[in-house]
Amino acid sequence: MNLIVSTFLYAARMLLARPGAALLNVLLLALGVASITVLLLVSAQMQRSFERDLAGVDVVVGAKGSPLQMILAGVLHVDVPVGNIPLEAAQELAKDPRVKQLIPLSLGDSFQGFRIVGSTVAYPALYAAKLANGQIWALPMQAVAGADVASLLPINATFAGSHGLGGGGEVHGKAQYVVVGHLQRCGCVLDRLILTSTESVWQVHEKEIALDEADKKALQEEREITFGLIQYASPLAAVSFPRFVNQSTELQAAAPAIEITRLFRMLGVGIEVLRAFAAVLLLVSALSLWMALTNALRERRSDLAMLRMLGASPAKIVGLLGVETLLLALAGWAIGIMLGHGLTSLIGYLLEQQRSLALTGWLWLPEELWLLGGILLLSVCAAAWPLRQAYRLDVLQVLKSDY
Amino acid sequence: MLRTTSLQFAYGKAASIQFPDIDAPQGSTLLLQGNSGSGKSTLLALACGLLSASGGIIEVAGQDLSALQGAARDAWRGRTVGFVPQRLHLTQSLTVQGNLGLVFYAAGLPFDEGKTVLALQALGIADLAQRKPSQLSGGQAQRVALARAVLLVPKMILADEPTASLDDEAASQAIELLMRSAKACGAALVVASHDARVLLHLQRLKEPVQVILLNKNARSPAQNMCSML
Repeated sequence: MNLIVSTFLYAARMLLARPGAALLNVLLLALGVASITVLLLVSAQMQRSFERDLAGVDVVVGAKGSPLQMILAGVLHVDVPVGNIPLEAAQELAKDPRVKQLIPLSLGDSFQGFRIVGSTVAYPALYAAKLANGQIWALPMQAVAGADVASLLPINATFAGSHGLGGGGEVHGKAQYVVVGHLQRCGCVLDRLILTSTESVWQVHEKEIALDEADKKALQEEREITFGLIQYASPLAAVSFPRFVNQSTELQAAAPAIEITRLFRMLGVGIEVLRAFAAVLLLVSALSLWMALTNALRERRSDLAMLRMLGASPAKIVGLLGVETLLLALAGWAIGIMLGHGLTSLIGYLLEQQRSLALTGWLWLPEELWLLGGILLLSVCAAAWPLRQAYRLDVLQVLKSDY
Repeated sequence: MLRTTSLQFAYGKAASIQFPDIDAPQGSTLLLQGNSGSGKSTLLALACGLLSASGGIIEVAGQDLSALQGAARDAWRGRTVGFVPQRLHLTQSLTVQGNLGLVFYAAGLPFDEGKTVLALQALGIADLAQRKPSQLSGGQAQRVALARAVLLVPKMILADEPTASLDDEAASQAIELLMRSAKACGAALVVASHDARVLLHLQRLKEPVQVILLNKNARSPAQNMCSML
């Protein structure tokens, strides 16, 4: 026990005696670890949040266009929709026996970059969202704010949506929403949405463009929604329903599971490249560790030989150098993990500014411990040859040589 | 004390070196003379157990070195042999006290500050404990190296070329210090040197010195001149 403590103490002292070299090694290791950590955190959270947002939605129907875009716009709310579909057509589909439930979504307006989504109460129920305070909308023009929006929109506040989903569009000044409730944070897409009834969205636009009562009536007959989120009555529907929609109606059906798999396959190349980059970083740091140890051995040959002369066995010398390597690896890992989580937090903050994917640095994954194992293994490999040389040190030869 | 009987050593398949028989009792002084390549270093390495003899017997402080192997031999060296290398080899990144601390670490003993203070005091350098080797003069550094060698009260002190690159005055002081420190420990002093001044300085101290002349081409111990002075 005493030997272990004193070996760690001496190893630390030896490292601190040459702080520049130690720092360089730790930083190189830390950069490799940090990039892998960011990759792990981002991909894990993307997958998790996608899974949560897509849960319960078997198929999305909308205007004809890119099916992937439908999923991104209608379920994940990160892209803009192609167009609208007639309400009537959606209602027709809802009557299909294969459909258990069709949740209408009406998009088009936003408030300070947060989307205003017209729907029914079935939409928050889909994510099992609960009210933090206030109540759910009962009348048109009442709105419920998601957790991220709640601070902007206190209860009873009134606001007007602006046209378009990006923010900065024309303001629908004539139609004011009133906030009646806040949702609890659900860690899903609802956090960054403002929910209201489908009628509200219609009202806003009808008020804006209707010339008179008769015109308004005409508009009401042509009411539209943007998407329908459909839950099947039975899993068997997945076989026939999308094809039925695509072939025999004006609408298009897109299955989230299929589209997201496609998306990940496309992103996969990028993730692979990043992974390879991180691996190269780690390899470089292993090489530098190897060089540093070889250098350290050359510079400190006489110190180590003297230790042998003073009674240390070769195993003790190897132990001392091994512990130094271990300390470097541990420090590199710890700093790398902190750096990785910090970077992920920063990315999360930037994404939050864009009202996009929720990403946190305060998530700990078991893979990070695996990473520690990997780093230790890597340093053992890097140290193997220098340690072998330390083991075979020719003591008297070194002590008699010039340095 | 150091005793050898028909000691031989072979580097690989090369012809083996034969060493003259040596019998240096406790508290005596032994001077190993000879040019480089004469086997001085090999004999030193044998005496501190860094090399193993290929034949004959070598005993240090009553311990037959062939009976010790590996880590046990390393541990034995730490306790029994005090080595003063020619180039001193103080660890530059550690203070004087840190350098002495290495002795305890290498020998697997807990650090004993009292012992380091005593050793430094005995050599008159107690006030240098917190200095780095780069802040020491040549003479001071030599004293530190000597303090390191005697810290655990060894049975035998080995000094390798202690007077190399020293002027006459400093060489004389170095020899005297070695002799005094060995006496204080009751240890045998073994000096390996090709410097003729070493013998003169030792003689001036009026201590009995046994001289072993190592000759590169010597094959028979009889050819070596052994003299008691």
